[in-house]
Amino acid sequence: MNLTDVIDNASLRDDIPDFAPGDTLKVHVRVVEGNRERTQLFEGVVIRRQGGGIRETFTVRKVSFGVGVERTLPVHSPIIEKIEVAIQGDVRRAKLYYLRDRVGKRAKVKEKRLN
Amino acid sequence: MKHRKFAMTNKAIVGRKVGMTQIWDDENRIVPVTVLSVSPLRVVQIKRPDTDGYSALQVTFGDVKATKLSKPEAGHFDKAGVAPGEKLLELRMDDVSEYEIGQEISVGTAGEGEEEGESLFADGDKIDVTAVSRGKGFAGAMKRHNFAGQRASHGAHKVHRKPGAVGQCATPARIFKGKKMPGRMGGEKVTTLNLEVVKTDAERDLLLVKGAVPGPKGGTVVVRNAIKGGS
Repeated sequence: MNLTDVIDNASLRDDIPDFAPGDTLKVHVRVVEGNRERTQLFEGVVIRRQGGGIRETFTVRKVSFGVGVERTLPVHSPIIEKIEVAIQGDVRRAKLYYLRDRVGKRAKVKEKRLN
Repeated sequence: MKHRKFAMTNKAIVGRKVGMTQIWDDENRIVPVTVLSVSPLRVVQIKRPDTDGYSALQVTFGDVKATKLSKPEAGHFDKAGVAPGEKLLELRMDDVSEYEIGQEISVGTAGEGEEEGESLFADGDKIDVTAVSRGKGFAGAMKRHNFAGQRASHGAHKVHRKPGAVGQCATPARIFKGKKMPGRMGGEKVTTLNLEVVKTDAERDLLLVKGAVPGPKGGTVVVRNAIKGGS
């Protein structure tokens, strides 16, 4: 094993659930305000997951008061308190950038039918 | 000694560049780090001002087969009573009186004026890292000297990356020495000053340095305490 992997292993998290582009996530993010810490919920669709190992990041998109908001976070970031997979999406692409150009019902991702 | 401009080294270690990665700090910010594998050094010879005119430690590290050594090399290691290593390096030191031949220096050993059990470099220490930079071969003026190059269009023909004019006319009728031009780049000794030690791992003999370090992966690097600026 490469020695840099030994360093990375210390910061890799194993409590992150499996999720893929198209899934709707509830990301609980720790926010520090002054000396107070609280948890903020960011709920939206994963439109991208890129990178590998400790450098892997994902982007969650939601529409807030009519404005699209995207947040990119490292998968192994310590500021993530918890990730919940709310809905598994059925998509045919790895990068869902087309959602940015869509509004309303067309911007929705089909739910994966599991049987 | 009086004319010295900067404080000289009193802590130094040799290692190999392993590669770069990232870790998170206390405030959950990403810190880019270079991992250095600093195997323990063995002091082979001590250069003293009264005998050699300067003070330095000659050190070696790693191990090498006895058959790979020339007879003079083998004799040199034999005389010191030290197991032969991959390389011999000299580390200029301020004061070598506390060192002795055969002594082992690693990240875990206490530095000069420090208590037993403390490591050579503490987290947050400023260091200078010296290594041979990656050779870039014959490089153009844009890469080598950060020239701007020339326009992409508007009649530019085959001159996009050329340096442009290099001199004047009948006076001086020559090009001044030292004119920045294309040529060999890299493959020279480079020291990056005031890097920060992020973490030391005495168990695995690792040193994590914030930011980039010159040279390729596997290259030999010399780490010293910062001579300028840093504490």
